[in-house]
Amino acid sequence: MPAVACLVMYGFRTLLYKEVLRFWKVSFQTVGAPVLTALLYLLIFSHALEAHVQVHGVAYTAFLIPGLVMMSALQNAFANSSSSLIQSKVTGSLVFVLLPPISYAEFFLAYVTAAILRGLMVGIGVLLVTVWFSLPALTAPVWVLVFLILGGGIMGALGVIAGIWADKFDQLAAFQNFLIMPLTMLSGVFYSIHSLPEFWQQVSRFNPVFYMIDGFRFGFFGVSDVSPETSLVVVGASLLLVSAAALALLRSGYKLRS
Amino acid sequence: MSVAVAIDGVAKRFGSLRALAGVSLRIAEGEFFGLLGPNGAGKTTLISCLAGLGRPDAGSLTVMGHDVVSDYRAARRLLGVVPQELVFDPFFSVRETLRIQSGYFGIRDNDAWIDEILANLDLTAKADTNMRRLSGGMKRRVLVAQALVHKPPVIVLDEPTAGVDVELRQGLWQFIRRLNRDGHTVILTTHYLEEAQALCGRIAILKQGQIIALDTTSNLLARFSRQTLRLRISGVPLPQPLHARASEHEGEWILQLTSPDEIEPVLSTLRQAGCRIEDLHLVQTDLEDVFLGLMQENSCQPSPAS
Repeated sequence: MPAVACLVMYGFRTLLYKEVLRFWKVSFQTVGAPVLTALLYLLIFSHALEAHVQVHGVAYTAFLIPGLVMMSALQNAFANSSSSLIQSKVTGSLVFVLLPPISYAEFFLAYVTAAILRGLMVGIGVLLVTVWFSLPALTAPVWVLVFLILGGGIMGALGVIAGIWADKFDQLAAFQNFLIMPLTMLSGVFYSIHSLPEFWQQVSRFNPVFYMIDGFRFGFFGVSDVSPETSLVVVGASLLLVSAAALALLRSGYKLRS
Repeated sequence: MSVAVAIDGVAKRFGSLRALAGVSLRIAEGEFFGLLGPNGAGKTTLISCLAGLGRPDAGSLTVMGHDVVSDYRAARRLLGVVPQELVFDPFFSVRETLRIQSGYFGIRDNDAWIDEILANLDLTAKADTNMRRLSGGMKRRVLVAQALVHKPPVIVLDEPTAGVDVELRQGLWQFIRRLNRDGHTVILTTHYLEEAQALCGRIAILKQGQIIALDTTSNLLARFSRQTLRLRISGVPLPQPLHARASEHEGEWILQLTSPDEIEPVLSTLRQAGCRIEDLHLVQTDLEDVFLGLMQENSCQPSPAS
């Protein structure tokens, strides 16, 4: 491998390693806490609804589990890149990443890959504690993995954008509470959109998170609100769009290299 | 000698504030160069542009011939910067911090050099301590270590001794001096003018984004060379012929001299008048006088921001 390519690889790998080590050192808070939250959702909703509801012919608890896995994975992927960036911006330690010869594309890839890995870890954690209650079928595991990775990538890239844009923690919290939370909660985690009135079904179709969760759920049950191919196209296009925006921001030096 | 850092017509504005107003500067390889100026003069902005942390509105900067924008990978690999703010990553130990920093520059297995830096900066005992547990002075030294992990030929230190106690400051300078002797180019900004005077071979003084003086330290000192003779006398008052160059301050006469040759005639005048000299000392110009002199000389200029 030529020396330059080797150096590029190693700079990217080190930044990825640093980002993973960062959340892993506080994994109680970054992985443990969201797993517990998901478990609480499952306990409450399955207790309240299990006896009354079936979705796509699947028992409610089993239907809910993939939704919770994906929601937790997505929210934590966003939290990872955004909170890492805002923390190192506020404390000033981002300078250690800005001084070395790391390109904006390496920077982007390292933050997004770490976000995907945190999403995967949280997702697997949620799955492990919830299978005690109901073991969902796993009819097409490739779809499961593909949607988990692409979804984590979109959220990681959105986290990069939010982390660059926000100057203070409360601005980031606003981004999280008023955009990420509604998008994930209203995406069909807790219900099939077919149970919604026609108007809200149409609204849901403009939410890319709906396609992430619907495609992900297809991997478990082999049934979904829209076809997994449609979901893949929407999710893939969203990833490209958000990545292009994040890369353009990084390239311009917006707020990072003023 | 080849050029380590070339700065050509660099201008930078933050809104209506003109931080740099066309700065041009060449620093040769192996120099120990001082960048001085009051707060807000543009020193840190200039360093940010050199390090790629800020983008100039106009002009260009190179490190060892590599443009900091178009050839940023090479330029940044050749530059080590100790930032002014006391920043650290609270998740890691000192050794982890330095290993990660090495990795960013594409260097693996850097422990031998890391150990050497740690020893030189008196940090060996703290290698496995989390950054949060270090004192301010130790964090400052880790910042220096981070700037050196990739053995950069050009080292920029932005106020590196703020908050570092005297003993550690001496140790730090010994280390930086050694690096300079080994061929590293060192660029220093500091508020401690005696430090700059003792260390820097050449100095640029910035004011309101412009270089107002650029010369060797000895030339700058010579240009403002003014010896001052401080006297305490008794017996008779100060003889009339000396009054023109004298002022009195708390019972002490302060006489301005332009050269040491003038001491003898002054003493002879005093002797002839019958003065008894109680106390006498000669004060040499230091960089602080030069600095204040230059600031006053340039204070009548209109502000570049207006």
